[in-house]
Amino acid sequence: MDYIIQQFINGISVGSIYALIALGYTMVYGIIKLINFAHGDVFMIGAFVSFYAVTLLHLGFIPSLLISMAACALVGVIIERTAYKPLRNASRIAVLITAIGVSFLLENGGIFAVGAQPKGFPELIHKTQYTIFGNVTIDSIQIMILAVTVILMILLQYIVHYTKIGKAMRAVSYDMEAARLMGINVDSTISATFAIGSALAAAAGVIFGMTYNSIDPLMGIIPGLKAFVAAVLGGIGIIPGALVGGLVLGVLETAVSSVGYSLWRDGVAFAILILILIFKPSGLFGKNVREKV
Amino acid sequence: MALAMGMVAGCGSQSTSSQGSSGDNGSTIKIGADLELTGGQASYGTSALKGIQLAAEEINNAGGINGKKIEIVQADDSSKPEESTRAAQKLISQDKVVAIIGTSTSTNTLAAVQVVQDKKIPMITPTATNAKVTVNNGKVNSYVFRACFIDPFQGSVMANFATQNLKAKTAVVYIDTSSDYSKGLAKSFEDTFKKNGGQILSEESYQQNDSDFKVVLTRIKERNPDVIYVPGYYNEVGKIVKQAREMGIKAPFMGGDGWDAPQLVDIAGKENLNNTFISNHYAADDPDPVIQKFVSAFKTKYGSAPDGFAVLGYDAMNMLADAIKRAGSADPSKIRDALEATKDFKAVTGTLTLDQNHDPIKAATILEFKDGKEVFKTKVNPQ
Repeated sequence: MDYIIQQFINGISVGSIYALIALGYTMVYGIIKLINFAHGDVFMIGAFVSFYAVTLLHLGFIPSLLISMAACALVGVIIERTAYKPLRNASRIAVLITAIGVSFLLENGGIFAVGAQPKGFPELIHKTQYTIFGNVTIDSIQIMILAVTVILMILLQYIVHYTKIGKAMRAVSYDMEAARLMGINVDSTISATFAIGSALAAAAGVIFGMTYNSIDPLMGIIPGLKAFVAAVLGGIGIIPGALVGGLVLGVLETAVSSVGYSLWRDGVAFAILILILIFKPSGLFGKNVREKV
Repeated sequence: MALAMGMVAGCGSQSTSSQGSSGDNGSTIKIGADLELTGGQASYGTSALKGIQLAAEEINNAGGINGKKIEIVQADDSSKPEESTRAAQKLISQDKVVAIIGTSTSTNTLAAVQVVQDKKIPMITPTATNAKVTVNNGKVNSYVFRACFIDPFQGSVMANFATQNLKAKTAVVYIDTSSDYSKGLAKSFEDTFKKNGGQILSEESYQQNDSDFKVVLTRIKERNPDVIYVPGYYNEVGKIVKQAREMGIKAPFMGGDGWDAPQLVDIAGKENLNNTFISNHYAADDPDPVIQKFVSAFKTKYGSAPDGFAVLGYDAMNMLADAIKRAGSADPSKIRDALEATKDFKAVTGTLTLDQNHDPIKAATILEFKDGKEVFKTKVNPQ
């Protein structure tokens, strides 16, 4: 029994990192219907910015987290302005291909800038182990990730539903042209969306670095793909869906590994993606809405 | 677009000029270095290259080989097998090298074997330890040699060490399934450990670039083995050891030369590496004067201590130079014949003789990590 609970906790802690990345993914999709494949690489940039903030400037956890979120917000806006804005009226597939291009640019640019070797991430917060009962343990970082993810999700929900910029985002997502006619500045609204989404990715990157102590320029690929699966699982574009999708994916993967099939873990993640796309393409939380013609 | 055209044109002119100069092979002997200079295993390739360059420099300063200077042509395989094949092809057809040193990992070396066999260019791998590198389906790859001992030896040395020195009765083996190296070490460890009367409780697996190992480590903790054998590469191993220690797994970890990289200590953390043991090719603090002379030469040139990959790069270059000298010619097939006859060659990692499989017969060293430093534990000779 202890074993099952321990594995469940492991699953939640892996899943909450997926969820944290998926929040930014799903938000950008929700507003402008773009699958931003560069999101996982912004996550990598976030980890590296805080790595250098800690090792070169000797900052603590909170300042380095804030610097990395600010830097990635800026990176997000630059990516949007240079790569996606010129394609605003192009077909969706053209934008998707551009997103893949940006992703490769960031990965290889990262290798060029910092080298391909993994770097050891310094321990910013001392990990404390808590024994809950029996042999079941949980550490302070695992608790922190889950707490941060839930808080950010609530904050995002609040921003999208109760603030002026959130109202503008929803208007843009509903009908970009009509929103423009109503006097909404569509470009700055989309930039704001990218800034928030990228800042979330940065936060995930810093936490990932702290948890696993090793960062490299290609670290964003697999977590980025898993977060995409999580977002689709929860219903892409739906903020609470990202959280639930991430946690469900983490727990399922863990279940597969914990019974001895660790090689099947990634296969199961993508099998879930395929099954969801076949049987409930709108995701667990999605409603079936017909596309406007 | 104009820029891209310019680059293509630039490349074209460069390759023609290099071909032009290679046609004149009079004053230098070109030797290719096909290595991991970028990518996940870059630490190994760059270390090996430093060793190769140090050896080449010493040979050239002493007047070269038969009056000719050595020129090292390096090619990056990005730590990928397909790139290693391409790098070998480029070195042979474009740069016209007479021999290749490389690569530093088994998977990437195996990918280049067919190329050198087809083109009849001898290749010495400094550090690829998988048995299949030199022997394929019972047949020796005639142009492939190596400077290091092979996996079956490394795995069984650690199994004997576990039984005799650590008094282990049970073990768990945790393998990187994406690596031939890891599987090779694991198999020989298991065979020897069972032969010694030990019991393998389970065999677990991970893949390159994984970052969360807690799930499988929780399984391993349940089984409570006396030792845990992780024959992997430093990036994953560092994370495994760290996460295991944080979860309260106190059993000794053991591994092979794939652990040997300075980054391991950064990733795993000094105190977490205590009570871990690896088999390696040499120890920098081994009192042997040959080793100390090499270590100080390396430190003067690069400002850091050489790891196992650097010393084997150095040995591979010297083995090759010795063979070219004995062959009296830089003709690839004559070099091959001379390499095959290598006997009692004095390398830094020990005196070696190549057996009928082109594998050296020499000792292995066991190291223990103490506060992030590799400490010489014992030397094991082949039976």
